[in-house]
Amino acid sequence: MDKIRSENLNVYFGDAHILHDVNLKMPENSITALIGPSGCGKSTFLRTLNRMNDLIPTFHHEGNVYLDDTEIYDDNVDVVNLRKRVGMVFQKANSFPKSIFENVAYGLRIHGIDDEDYIKQKVELALKSAAIWDEVKDKLDQSALGLSGGQQQRLCIARTVAIEPEVILMDEPCSALDPISTLKIEDLMTELKKEFTIVIVTHNMQQATRVSDSTAFFLNGQIIEHGPTEELFVNPKEEKTEEYISGRFG
Amino acid sequence: MTNSTEETGIKSILLITALFSIFVIFLIMAFIFVEGWPAFADYGFFKFLLGLKWDPNNNIFGVFPMIVGSLYVTFFALLLAVPLSLLCAIFMAEVAPNNIRKFLKPVIETLAGIPSVVYGFFGLMVIVPRVRTTFGGTGFSIFASGIILAIMILPTIISVSQDSLKAVPNSYREASYGLGATNWQTIRKIIFPAALPGIVTGIILGMGRAIGETLAVIMVAGNVSQIPSSIFAPVRTLTSNIALEMGYATGLHYNALFATGVILFIVIMILLLITNYVQRKYKMDVGGGTL
Ligand SMILES: Nc1ncnc2c1ncn2[C@@H]1O[C@H](COP(=O)(O)OP(=O)(O)OP(=O)(O)O)[C@@H](O)[C@H]1O
Ligand SMILES: [Mg+2]
Repeated sequence: MDKIRSENLNVYFGDAHILHDVNLKMPENSITALIGPSGCGKSTFLRTLNRMNDLIPTFHHEGNVYLDDTEIYDDNVDVVNLRKRVGMVFQKANSFPKSIFENVAYGLRIHGIDDEDYIKQKVELALKSAAIWDEVKDKLDQSALGLSGGQQQRLCIARTVAIEPEVILMDEPCSALDPISTLKIEDLMTELKKEFTIVIVTHNMQQATRVSDSTAFFLNGQIIEHGPTEELFVNPKEEKTEEYISGRFG
Repeated sequence: MTNSTEETGIKSILLITALFSIFVIFLIMAFIFVEGWPAFADYGFFKFLLGLKWDPNNNIFGVFPMIVGSLYVTFFALLLAVPLSLLCAIFMAEVAPNNIRKFLKPVIETLAGIPSVVYGFFGLMVIVPRVRTTFGGTGFSIFASGIILAIMILPTIISVSQDSLKAVPNSYREASYGLGATNWQTIRKIIFPAALPGIVTGIILGMGRAIGETLAVIMVAGNVSQIPSSIFAPVRTLTSNIALEMGYATGLHYNALFATGVILFIVIMILLLITNYVQRKYKMDVGGGTL
């Protein structure tokens, strides 16, 4: 079943037409990878799915985005609740200048949970599922900014997992990481997709083939090709796709 | 080779400039201490510090009412100015649309440039009469001085706080909204704490300006050297004490005014130490997060 899908989505920043008629279905409990050259609109598309672009004053759009058949841009949709259901991990780890514990607890607290024992359990669970518990369990009250980049990125994943979203959007989560941290996060994604629906932007072709179930290739704000990952990489239908994945441009 | 000579050259120039400014400050301090010393030595430090009566004609120099006066006036001004300026800074940095912000910023900066005699005159003509008719007494009071000082330090606290709110990286905002936080939650729990060190700096600057302001306070405070009985009673501050009498002071009286300066210096140092301590303690409480 499709967890989230866009229909004839057009996005503009002011006069600039960024996305052109994007139709994409992202099935439940699967990983969808978005690939394409820099500036083609992958991040813009991703940020449309949790209405993060609403923060940009010049943003406007046409077309629809459905989460479980609810149109998320409907007037009566509660954006705060939407962002709780559709979590996001950013390209650059952006942990808060708070303790490791409070970074993860924050999401729970803002959603009205104040039972400290429950928060403790949830934080531990989230840190475990982001494969970082062993590294931080003895220093939960220390500042998160003292962690390495890879650890902070996993902390940010834990923070997102803690609020139990249904969809997790990841914008190049490994772009600043070494190969070992990258592999850890890839393992993590495969683990997480049992419970969540994941959409990931990546510039790393190997990563797309390793983790994703389906892949969409963006070029100049349009989807050129979309299909099961293996098929798209082994047997691309479009010439542009072929050129991009074989590294001839982009 | 040339590069490292250049480096050493620049380093020594910077060092000399820094040492020179420290030296000048030290010189001023030394002068004040030397001139004030007889008041402590001949008159007695504790008699001077804790004495309740200031009567230069009879050689009685008790500075305690002025210490109390300065603290009262400064704290009352902060009490009014801090909440107001923080809300204003948050509004300008986080809520106001761009055109309103572009209008407000120069207005507030202009406010900071108005000379204090103008504020004092405003206080004398507008605030003091209203305090008199509303609360009784002469109108010259802690209350009137606090209001004038609060208005005077608003721009300082607003500008510095707003700058430090604006300096909070956008990625914190995005992270918070991305977790489903509301506008207000994001401001209160993420942006404000992250900007707090800068905001405290703004408050300290405001406090320094309030405790040091002389002219405007003289015009509305009443200047009676007596521990004030209420917030509507007249008051004399340490700085006013110096300014009012320095024109004609000689002998021990002259030394006593410099000694008042020394006391002012000590009071400011103590206030700075306290805020510094609070700031550091708070930082540790939020998990050592800094910007
Ligand atoms: N806030 C904005 N205002 C105006 N234009 C924007 C804004 N954000 C992005 N754009 C434009 O939208 C286009 C797509 O940008 P986007 O960030 O989505 O690309 P991307 O595919 O994620 O690229 P990259 O791989 O480099 O991250 C670019 O041309 C960019 O200049
Ligand atoms: Mg991007």
